[in-house]
Amino acid sequence: MLNAVEISNLTVKYPDLTALDGVSFTIKQGDFLGIIGPNGAGKSTLFDSMLGLNTNYTGTIKFFDEDIKKSKTYRKEIGYVPQKPEFENNFPATVSEVVRMGLRKKSDDKKVDEILQQLWIHELRNRRIGELSGGQLQRVFIAKALVNDPKILILDEPSTGVDQQSIDLFFSILKELNSKQGITIIWSSHDLDAVNKLANHVACLNRTLFFHGKSETFFSDDKLVKQYSEASMQEHMHHH
Amino acid sequence: MSFEILTYAFMHRALIAGSAIAILCSVMGLFLVLRRYSLFGDALAHSSFGGIALGLFAGIYPLWTAYGVSIISALLITKIKEKYNISGDASIAVLLSSGIAVGLVIISFSGGFSLDIFSFLFGSILLVSVEDTVGIVALTGVILMIILLLYRQILYSTFNERQAKVSGVPVDKINYLIIILAGVTVVTAVQLVGVLLISALFVIPNVTAIMYGRGFKQTMFISMTIAVSSVIAGILISYVFDITPAGTIVLFAIGVLAVTMGIKSAGLLSKN
Ligand SMILES: Nc1ncnc2c1ncn2[C@@H]1O[C@H](COP(=O)(O)OP(=O)(O)OP(=O)(O)O)[C@@H](O)[C@H]1O
Ligand SMILES: [Mg+2]
Repeated sequence: MLNAVEISNLTVKYPDLTALDGVSFTIKQGDFLGIIGPNGAGKSTLFDSMLGLNTNYTGTIKFFDEDIKKSKTYRKEIGYVPQKPEFENNFPATVSEVVRMGLRKKSDDKKVDEILQQLWIHELRNRRIGELSGGQLQRVFIAKALVNDPKILILDEPSTGVDQQSIDLFFSILKELNSKQGITIIWSSHDLDAVNKLANHVACLNRTLFFHGKSETFFSDDKLVKQYSEASMQEHMHHH
Repeated sequence: MSFEILTYAFMHRALIAGSAIAILCSVMGLFLVLRRYSLFGDALAHSSFGGIALGLFAGIYPLWTAYGVSIISALLITKIKEKYNISGDASIAVLLSSGIAVGLVIISFSGGFSLDIFSFLFGSILLVSVEDTVGIVALTGVILMIILLLYRQILYSTFNERQAKVSGVPVDKINYLIIILAGVTVVTAVQLVGVLLISALFVIPNVTAIMYGRGFKQTMFISMTIAVSSVIAGILISYVFDITPAGTIVLFAIGVLAVTMGIKSAGLLSKN
């Protein structure tokens, strides 16, 4: 199958540190990739580079076999759910207005309604965005990312600080998007169990790529998991 | 009091030009307030004061020089802010004081304050000519058209720049556009309320409307309504009582805000 994403030798240096060092891997269309790594591992940096928000990198990033430095058309095929959905708390916009912002074509009300139904936020469509709970907000931002029918959905660990019921709903939505609609999902998370349950591929990142492959391979290898946990632990100690 | 004031041609011009400016300021102001640029209008107005002084000094129609200076300083401050990573409020403070300083120096060169300068400082809506009125209405139409055409892009980049960028919105260009439109709006509005009270027209109706509105379009509409009502009420009240229109307009808008705050703290408005 066609490669959705191909990253080779990606290196990102900030003034004081190297956030990513020679990272290479490919993602096939239809994959559900979980990217795991401790705080500061470079997950958001990786996404920023893939999304064109950070252009200060060496190496190459290709979407559908095209270098993103040469062509920006790939963005049409991407839906992005940020780590922190930052906006002014009193921003006067309704749920459906926010979802409609993501729409590239002329206002397509049917599509917006459809997505709102699919993500269980249709009843919330006229509520102000700042009044929502964390879980509801998360689904609004997924809806905004999906409203253009993207081929790839990129989620930057969006499940932090959300109650269990919303997390379960969120997981089932992701699963459905991937298996029924064939959307390639790239999802960064701290939650090893969740990645084990949902993703069929895993990338362990900690500045360098520690492991990339089928998730069975990773999770059935106790030594690998232990090694990863220890590395994360060390990183954790480092930070405190 | 009688309705005879509504038959004066200068009153018609004032009400028409004033309403157009009110709509323009409330729309531009909503984007600025939400971008945490509330005082940007104020800063531009002060820098346009420098432009007005320059025009009067050089014998050029002062509004033209004001437009030029306002747009140039808006772009300059944005560039400086980006390049040297100065915070928004500090860059606004720099712009604000440089405009006044330049204006004052030029004025003292040209031998002190004249009546013209006062009319720009405090507004002179009752003196707008037919040409001014046509110009103001046309400009308002053009700016509103631009905003309507680029509505999604402007709204999205106001909501969240990073996400807008990922969705392919040319965020940098949109930011410059907003700043230029704000510069044009400010100078146009100087004729109504003067340099000193500009930011009131940009900010107060919007702060009020944000408390009422749910959605963006609704908020924008409420803000326009408040702004236009304030301008009309302010002009009429000030004429009847022979007081300054600019101050009356702003006080009326502040009154609406105060009532809204009262309603809100009484719990009659859903908390947004
Ligand atoms: N703009 C920046 N300038 C300098 N350093 C940065 C910048 N952005 C990130 N970093 C650093 O790069 C490293 C990687 O950060 P990144 O945000 O990519 O990690 P992450 O894996 O997303 O972490 P988390 O799980 O906490 O979200 C961190 O050490 C961070 O401090
Ligand atoms: Mg991160």
